[in-house]
Amino acid sequence: MLNNDYIKQRLTEKFGDQVTNFEEPFEMLTFEAPKEINLKVLQFLFDDEGLQFRFLTDLQAVHYPDNTGRELAVVYHLHNLQANIRIRFKVYTNIATPDVFSATALYAAANWMERETYDFFGVNFVGHPNLKRILNVDEMDYFPMRKEFPLEDQTRIDKDDDMFGRGKSY
Amino acid sequence: MSDVIHHKNIRLPEGSIEKTTTTLNLGPTHPATHGVFQNILELDGERILSSESTVGYIHRAFEKLAERRPLYQITTLTDRLNYCSSPINNMGWHLTCEKLLGVKTPKRVDYLRVIVMELARISDHLICNSIVGVDTGAFTGFLYVMQYRELIYEIYEEICGSRLTTNMGRIGGFERDFTPKAFEKLEKFMAEYPKVLKEFEKLFSRNRIFMERLIGAGPISAERALNYGFTGPNLRAAGVDYDVRVHTPYSSYEDFEFDVPVGTTGDCYDRFLVRNQEMWQSLRIIEQAYQKVQSFKGTEHDVYHADAPEYYLPPKGDVYTKMEALIWHFKIVMGEVDIPKGELYLPVEGGNGELGFYLISDGGRTPYRLHFRRPCFIYYQAFEEITKGAMLSDAIIVLSSLNLIAGEMDA
Repeated sequence: MLNNDYIKQRLTEKFGDQVTNFEEPFEMLTFEAPKEINLKVLQFLFDDEGLQFRFLTDLQAVHYPDNTGRELAVVYHLHNLQANIRIRFKVYTNIATPDVFSATALYAAANWMERETYDFFGVNFVGHPNLKRILNVDEMDYFPMRKEFPLEDQTRIDKDDDMFGRGKSY
Repeated sequence: MSDVIHHKNIRLPEGSIEKTTTTLNLGPTHPATHGVFQNILELDGERILSSESTVGYIHRAFEKLAERRPLYQITTLTDRLNYCSSPINNMGWHLTCEKLLGVKTPKRVDYLRVIVMELARISDHLICNSIVGVDTGAFTGFLYVMQYRELIYEIYEEICGSRLTTNMGRIGGFERDFTPKAFEKLEKFMAEYPKVLKEFEKLFSRNRIFMERLIGAGPISAERALNYGFTGPNLRAAGVDYDVRVHTPYSSYEDFEFDVPVGTTGDCYDRFLVRNQEMWQSLRIIEQAYQKVQSFKGTEHDVYHADAPEYYLPPKGDVYTKMEALIWHFKIVMGEVDIPKGELYLPVEGGNGELGFYLISDGGRTPYRLHFRRPCFIYYQAFEEITKGAMLSDAIIVLSSLNLIAGEMDA
């Protein structure tokens, strides 16, 4: 029977202490691996007899500006449709060289998801067949979902971060 | 990096009518795209050799906007994803918030939600299937069924006051109970709609001209569909019985009896049939939900929201007379309620497939990151593969039978 403990055990058997940070927020197994082996982990999850995570539900990034050296997280949501189990797999990369291997060879669905992630966060997916902007204009020279681009006009003083629970005094 | 793309036409062999292939821009404002997106097709006569899609014309930065909005204000953003079935998006978002906040909704709320979600599914499938008719040259069906989409919109109006971008419901339930008029209209819909759907099927399903146009157009195998991340009716048409309502029930879908229709070839005709069948199943669900809602007795009969004072607005009368209520009203409206830390992904079965909400909260008043898994955006990638070698007119019906909604694609 496929369950979170079994997945965790299989991953640890295969990758040892390279897969880390096992958590289960809202019952979804979440773990992390170094970005160098992201494809190895995805391939293992895809191929292994007992695991068979063959459906890429979603792929996106999160920016943590204070997380020095690990500013960008690329998050994969995978689904085993037969056993109906979902897992979340994260790789972190620094923002100076945000190179992460592309999963397009494994999942055709990853193509546009990676383009979207590149478009908004600037994650450079190595091996992607056509990595260019998808939703924003081609001329854009920044990555708008990064946290250094605040939504509000910075010259306004009536709407500071305090109002949103993230201010200095908060 | 912003090189202008120069499409080089390919030289065709001797004896061809044309000397070179033709480049055709289908969109961004072509009537057949039913939305704003572009397909650049490379044609040999009428046959498609390759295509390239450009999306993003109505990108509205929802994910960025959501990072500065309290939870209840994000509902209006979800309206504008798949605007043919906004209530599903609204309910999906409320369910996501409720899961994060640990709010448990009463059964009556769940059933009322199921009613509106299934109505939304019917209106979504209805427009998709009748538009497939329009694009194949059969306008009658479209006009005929639009009257009944109007009826659905009138029910929305009774429930929440608006029609297309509904902003329906609140975290914990609904802003007000369904009015007797809403139930009246629902009864009318349940009584009249089956006849109309039957008539619609009579016009189309076994119509020889319609079948010739649709069968074999834009097929996709189950394996490729899964690899492309297809979900919803488009995946089921390829023969995979994946339905979020069955796999991970939400809003008490486990209490209902319904079938999951599947196709075999994944072509336009199967997609059409699957959507038609799903409308019948939705009707079944609505009828069951209506019975269940009617069967509540006593105080349960009037419940329309959960007890969640930190997120659900107090009654207006209390706001004017009671201190406590006034404080909560102010805090909620100003978005001054901290949301708990957490990370979750919640999928619902949208009109087009698995609509997912990936929410990360760092304990602030707004989400730290919110990502919408938009089914449309993900499966539209397959357009190039499934139209390669097809005729131009097939590409048109593939576009409409995939039910591409620009709002959902571009977020």
